Amino acid sequence: MNNNSITSDVLVVGGGLVGAAIAWGLLDRGLTVTVLDEGDIALRASRGNFGLVWVQSKGDKMHEYARWTRRSADLWPDFAEHLAEETGISPSYEKPGGLHFILSEEEDRRVHAQHQRMHNVNGERGYGAEMLDRRQLDELVPGLGPEVISGSYCKHDGHANPLLLLRALHRGLGLRGGRYIPDGRVETLERDGDGFRATTSHGSYLGGRIVLAAGHGNKVLGPMLGLDVPIHPEKGEILVTERVAPLLPMPTHVLRQTNEGTIMIGDSHENTGYSTDSVTPVMSGIAQYAIRCFPALRNLRVVRSWGAVRILSADGFPVYQQSTDFSGAYTINCHSGVTLAAAHAGPLARMIAEGEFEPEITAFSPRRFDHA
Amino acid sequence: MPKRIDPDTETVTFTFEGQIIRARPGDTVASALAASGIRHLRDSAVSGEPRGIFCMMGACFDCLVEVNGQPNRQACMTPVSQDLAVNRQNGGVEVKV
Repeated sequence: MNNNSITSDVLVVGGGLVGAAIAWGLLDRGLTVTVLDEGDIALRASRGNFGLVWVQSKGDKMHEYARWTRRSADLWPDFAEHLAEETGISPSYEKPGGLHFILSEEEDRRVHAQHQRMHNVNGERGYGAEMLDRRQLDELVPGLGPEVISGSYCKHDGHANPLLLLRALHRGLGLRGGRYIPDGRVETLERDGDGFRATTSHGSYLGGRIVLAAGHGNKVLGPMLGLDVPIHPEKGEILVTERVAPLLPMPTHVLRQTNEGTIMIGDSHENTGYSTDSVTPVMSGIAQYAIRCFPALRNLRVVRSWGAVRILSADGFPVYQQSTDFSGAYTINCHSGVTLAAAHAGPLARMIAEGEFEPEITAFSPRRFDHA
Repeated sequence: MPKRIDPDTETVTFTFEGQIIRARPGDTVASALAASGIRHLRDSAVSGEPRGIFCMMGACFDCLVEVNGQPNRQACMTPVSQDLAVNRQNGGVEVKV
C-alpha cells in the first residue's frame, strides 16, 4: 500500500443517483464508504432526468422487475421522509398516482393487454394499474385534448425532484461519515490483497469491496474486474416551461408539473450515441405531442431544454451483477435511478453489505442475455 | 443600494406599478429598477416570499415581472423602451385550461 492509498470497507465508483443511494444505504449499515465521482465531464444521467417514480408499464416481460419497481415505490414515502429529516432537504416526493394518455384505439388495446398480462403474473401486489375511460379521465384531469380517448392510471406512481434527491443523498453521505471524492475519475481498477484498488489521476483508493455505479462508465470499468456490462445509450430530451399556478394534479408519462410550478415535457427516444444535444425537430415533436394531450400548454413559454443519455440494457431492465472472477466486485446499472433510489438505498445496499444477492434480484444478472 | 456612476443620462421613462421610472438607453428593466431602489419584483409562486434580482444574466428566473400585460418576463433580459408598463407579479400565473 502506498502513502496516498485510502482504505474503506466499500468503494463506490459513481456519485450519481445510483451510487449515492447505495453508498448512503451502506453507511447506514455501519460500513465505511468512499464515493469516487467523475466530475463535470461525466454524462450525468442523474442531472438530466424527468423525475418520475413510476410503476405502471415497468416490467412487462420480466415480472421480477415489476415487483422490484413496485417495492421501491412502496419504500419511497419512508425514504423521502427519512432523507428530509436527516438532511433538511426534501426530495419533493409526491404520490398522487400517475397517468399515461392514450390517443388511439390501437394503443388502448396494447396498454389494456399489457395490464392484463402484468396483472396475471403479479396481481395487485406487483402492479395495480387500471384503464380509465375518457369520462373518468376528465374527472381526474380537466383540460385534456379531444384526441385523448382513454388513459392508464396507477395509484403507486408519483414524482420527485431528481436534483434535490441527489443533493439530499450527497449531504446524507457526508452526515453519515462517508467520504466523497469529486473529480475522482477512475482510470484503472485492480485486485489489491483481499480488496480492490481504484486509481485516479490524483491518487489511489483501496476498498474491501467495490460497487461500480458509474452509468455508462461501467462499460469501460467493468471488464477490468471481469464484469461485462451490456448497456447502450439512448437520448431523451426535456423541455421546461415557465412557472404557472397548479394545472396538473398528477404526473403523466409525457408531462408533469413540479412543485415549483414549472411543467416538464419529455419522452423522446433517440439513438444518437452519447450526444446530449437538444435539437429543434425533436423538441418541437415532443411539444406538439404534449399539446395534443393538454392544449393549455400552448399558452406557455419554454424556458429551458436539454438532452440526457439513458442507460439501457438490451431488454431495458436493470443489470445487477457480482463478479465471479473478482468476488466482492459489483456492477449496478439501470435506467430508473429515481424510481429505484429507495430500493437501492434499502434492500440493495443491505444485500451488498451482506455480500449476497437475494433471489428477487438474481434475475437482473446479465447471464439472461447469454442464450439470446 | 445601487447608484449610477453618472446619473444625468436617464432619458427613457417607463412605469413600474404606475410609478414613473427613469432609465438610460441600453438599460434593462432590472437594471433601471435597481438604480431606482426597487428590489421587490414578484412574490414566489410557491411560498409567497418576495423575490428580486439574483443573477442579472437570464439564468435564474428570479426577476420575473409582468411587461405590457405579459407575465413571466425576465426583467434582466428585457431592454427598456419608452412607455413600457411593468408590474409586479403576484404568485403563479393562472392558465386557462
